[in-house]
Amino acid sequence: MIGLTHFLVLGAILFSLSIAGIFLNRKNVIVVLMSIELMLLAVNMNFIAFSHFGGDLDGQVFVFFILTVAAAEAAIGLAILVTLFRNRGTINVEDLDQLKG
Amino acid sequence: MTFTAFLFYSFAAVTVAAAVNMITIRNPIFAALSLVLVFVSSAGLWLLMQAEFLGIVLVLVYVGAVMVMFLFVVMMLDINLEEMRAGFTGPYLWAGLLVAVIMAAELIFVLKGGNFIEVPTVLHPEGYSNTKELGSVLYTEHVYSFEIAAVILLVAIIAAIALTFRRRTGTKHQNISDQVKVQAKDRLKVIDMKSERKS
Repeated sequence: MIGLTHFLVLGAILFSLSIAGIFLNRKNVIVVLMSIELMLLAVNMNFIAFSHFGGDLDGQVFVFFILTVAAAEAAIGLAILVTLFRNRGTINVEDLDQLKG
Repeated sequence: MTFTAFLFYSFAAVTVAAAVNMITIRNPIFAALSLVLVFVSSAGLWLLMQAEFLGIVLVLVYVGAVMVMFLFVVMMLDINLEEMRAGFTGPYLWAGLLVAVIMAAELIFVLKGGNFIEVPTVLHPEGYSNTKELGSVLYTEHVYSFEIAAVILLVAIIAAIALTFRRRTGTKHQNISDQVKVQAKDRLKVIDMKSERKS
């Protein structure tokens, strides 16, 4: 029987994979942004699982707002990416050292 | 194995495989398409959890809008694929794998420890509409959050346009403020001269 734990474990696996993706793809900011989207999806999976198995609709409302904020974040992130590429000609994370951080 | 379990394991396997493919593949277009597959199969899982509205929204908004935007940006940027292939070794690979494995192990350890009591699934009655229920909560209890979400989207629109907007040099365009500000004396010049007789 598929229960709450199955969905939570799947969410945990997706979250860990997205963290690995952020570490691995240090040449490409686009894939880092995609990994962040995957991370938000894993969190949403947990919210919906708790909402379904807890019998409370508020989890789904929260997922709705997370989706909104994630869409806004993707739009602004990609706009920053395009501006960055126009100014620097690269999207390699290691080349982005203008702020000397 | 029940049919629900079969569906869950199929969708979960596709999701995880596509996610692994996304983080390891070199070509960002294939990575974006893998992420589309992750979203679609996750939408299937959400439908399995009777979150029909959010499943459809995930496909419509994420696959239909956000991933198309990602694909457009990938195609607009002139990325050196050879350079992309060059990376992927060194300490970051091992650090990333280590962090991911430790984190997954910890999370699964906590989740499998029996800390969550399995409750029987609530089966909704016939004619239950997830969209209607969600809407009735969203527009009453959470109406202020809903409006803030709308403002966040507006801010995102303005920010995205303001960041990427550039006025090209050498193109002809109207200057509206100059047109509005113009006075009659700037355009029409009255000169004083004697009338001339026609010969």
